[in-house]
Amino acid sequence: MTKYSVINIPHHNIDGIAKLTGSAAYTFDVKLPQMLHGKILRSRLPHARILSIDTSKAERLTGVHAVVTGKDTLGIKQGIWRRYKELCDEEILARSTVRYVGEPVAAVAAVDEDTAEEALELIEVEYEPLPAVFEPLQAIKEGAPQLHDHAERNINVTRHIEWGDVDEAFSRADHIREDWFRCSSQHHVCMETHCAVSSYSPDKKLTVWTSTQSHYYIQVLLSWVLGLREGDVRVISRYTGGGFGSKFELDSAQFCSAVLSMKLFRPVKIVLTREEEFQATKRRTPMFYYLRTGITKEGKFLAKEARVFTEGGAYTSMGATCLYLTGFFQAFPYVWPAYRYDGYRVYTNTAPTSAMRGFGAPQATFCAESQIELLAKDLGIDSLEIRRKNAMYPGYEVPGQAWIQSCGLSGCLDKIEEWIRSRGTMPPNRGIGIAAYGFMSGGIFNWFDTPYAFSTAVIKINVDGKVHLYVGSQDMGQGSNTTMAMICAEELGVAVEDICVHMGDTDVCPVDVGAWGSRETLMQGNAVKSAAAEAKRQLLEFAAAQLAPNIVYDLDIKNRWVHLIARPERGLSYYDVVKAAVRGKDGQPIVTTGHYTPHRKGMISPAYSFGVQAVEADVDPETGKITLVNCVTAHDCGQVINPIALEGQLEGAMAQAAGYGFTEDLPMDKGKILNPNLSDYKVLRATEMPESRVFEVETYEPEGPFGAKEAGEGLTNPTAGALANAVFHATGVSIKNLPITPEKVLNALQEKKRQEAAGS
Amino acid sequence: MTVNGQFYEVYANPKRLLVEVLRDELGLTGTKRACDTASCGACTVILNGLTVKSCSVLAVQAQDAVITTVEGLAPGGRLSPLQQSFLDHGAYQCGFCTPGMLISATVLLQEKPNPNRREIQEGIHGNLCRCTGYNSIIRAISAAASGEQRQEGQ
Repeated sequence: MTKYSVINIPHHNIDGIAKLTGSAAYTFDVKLPQMLHGKILRSRLPHARILSIDTSKAERLTGVHAVVTGKDTLGIKQGIWRRYKELCDEEILARSTVRYVGEPVAAVAAVDEDTAEEALELIEVEYEPLPAVFEPLQAIKEGAPQLHDHAERNINVTRHIEWGDVDEAFSRADHIREDWFRCSSQHHVCMETHCAVSSYSPDKKLTVWTSTQSHYYIQVLLSWVLGLREGDVRVISRYTGGGFGSKFELDSAQFCSAVLSMKLFRPVKIVLTREEEFQATKRRTPMFYYLRTGITKEGKFLAKEARVFTEGGAYTSMGATCLYLTGFFQAFPYVWPAYRYDGYRVYTNTAPTSAMRGFGAPQATFCAESQIELLAKDLGIDSLEIRRKNAMYPGYEVPGQAWIQSCGLSGCLDKIEEWIRSRGTMPPNRGIGIAAYGFMSGGIFNWFDTPYAFSTAVIKINVDGKVHLYVGSQDMGQGSNTTMAMICAEELGVAVEDICVHMGDTDVCPVDVGAWGSRETLMQGNAVKSAAAEAKRQLLEFAAAQLAPNIVYDLDIKNRWVHLIARPERGLSYYDVVKAAVRGKDGQPIVTTGHYTPHRKGMISPAYSFGVQAVEADVDPETGKITLVNCVTAHDCGQVINPIALEGQLEGAMAQAAGYGFTEDLPMDKGKILNPNLSDYKVLRATEMPESRVFEVETYEPEGPFGAKEAGEGLTNPTAGALANAVFHATGVSIKNLPITPEKVLNALQEKKRQEAAGS
Repeated sequence: MTVNGQFYEVYANPKRLLVEVLRDELGLTGTKRACDTASCGACTVILNGLTVKSCSVLAVQAQDAVITTVEGLAPGGRLSPLQQSFLDHGAYQCGFCTPGMLISATVLLQEKPNPNRREIQEGIHGNLCRCTGYNSIIRAISAAASGEQRQEGQ
């Protein structure tokens, strides 16, 4: 029999038919009896003290059922870093001070959205404007307006990473380069905006349907800020219309709908408008990066010093994690004998910045890969060669941080070299740029302070052989339900059709900390695999009793056939074994659990994906306009579980990352985002997408289920850097300020011309 | 109006949008909304043979119209060749843009039964997708046009 009968064979998404026929019910589609509609009043000022809020006129409007402000809440400052009190700094409904344009100050529940919106106009808020500061390099200065009493010079979090003797290593360098980079913000643009339907019943139980990446986090955070018992808050999230890092913190739709529902004992639905989504949900963290790098004349890396100042926005959110990860991935995926990183997250009067796909690594990779290209140019070394010379390898230990087990980086470099060669000589104004990257397969951090295992799975097998798989992971479109069903089916020896996945309901599902940091395949996958292995073990006990093999023979199940491994023709039907087992267990179904928490796997993650990307782009020297011609990636994610899902994840990540590189931006005026809609915020459209070939470089990751590791997020890291390098090769100018807009390219080209004219 | 072959008599406030009536009155929640500026295409439906963004059409403008929404693409529970191709190629992820995308692709194939890559890209230019990067959608449309069925699973 072949090694695997389920995994690595393309399988359509098990939720696919529901999504393709319009029957998948998202939170956006939830409609309950007696349901009211909520709207949120938001601050128009970037920094102000709230002197008074008069809601009386709004309350008198026909159709309005309730108006709430911060005074109607427990006033708890919450945050996802629950272990650290000073990092829990966000009230959601502000009681005394607003710190960004879009911060919620009141919420209304009414018979319909129009009435609720009309009521918002009738709420009178008296503010005392306070001086505001918008840029981290300004906010950190002595005397800048201070956002929070506890944070002098607006320093929210600092991070230091260091290994090796950095100063000594620099002293041995043949060549040293210093560069400054600016990484812009980016919005997640989930197609389903943040939304929630909260329903509080007289028996003091709260049920919340919401679009989220972690039903468990939302349950815990809501119970905390509302003063309810954890088990009395039920969070349901059957379908989530995209997440990308924006949906695992408590949001204003969830909190305000819950507060209103608790006041009214009626269901309240809040759906953020696209404008609110842009102005007042979280976004990718802008960063100012200083890099100093020392290198030998042969191109061997000696030392790197990195300093970063991140625009934190008004609150901590996930920014503390982002600050650590950007520092860690700044050194990826290379061997640096000495490295020193200092990161500062600075509060500013802008919408809070937080997690977005890649989580600090796309910024780090853009800066690092741009500088490596410049170093290669300085020394006259080939782009691939300099990366190959310094690439991480299997068994490498990042000092004090991480242990790399599987690593296919060298194979990825080979594939990309082959592809570049096949492209031949570039026409004028066209270039190929490359970037190497890596990413984690789930974080080891527990700032949330969960007492539970990071992932748990429960299996129940009924008499008909149907396997009910209860997972805590959240499928937000990445396909984790299908991945889990495939892992379960493979381990148990049945077909995907035998598995029924239960997901997205805290009353039903076990705890998993959610779909972020590329956790699910490895962590939830390991939990599922171990629950399935235990179920199989129990079934094989009954099979052994019936087959009565010689003690030296082992049994297995494959393709629903329970058999002797050495003599596969001798066996029993899986269904018959299940029936016998249920009867034999006094009528009980087979119930097993599995769990996974990484132990002794370093500081960051149990496993890392690797890859190299090549972007081929045209630059119009007249207009500065960039056109993507090709985007090709060689990628190592360990053992592939579902080729269809993998292809989709990689292509999708690349499209988002390309947008980050040259079209997406959030320009602001005094803290107000100027393009909060989908016509002015430029998400790439189908006509702008090049073909995006992917070469799989398979490795086996000992820590992953069947050798698998992350695939969905890492590919967000290289594209901006590879694109910058393509522009560099096409034009000779290096743009160190994202996004690479036509204006920046033109200015740089003109500057280059001026310098050449002055030099000649 | 006639929606998915079914005649409906609807009394709507003159300022109600077609998408609101489809979703709230008729319960056809397959059609989505993802913006306020007619930019995303999630609400695309077929109205008298043409694709329209149902967030930019008043319900009263659709009087006597013949409309198809995503729920009308699989009569009798049988996926259309295009839906089957989307399924086979993984041409959706979160699924929120999918109803509008399928509608645009259906009309594209009615107008151009054998589109090339560029024509497909243009055909779905009005539909934003944040998950897939479009290439799987382009492959799915192309395969449906040529009648290819990718066998999967077993």
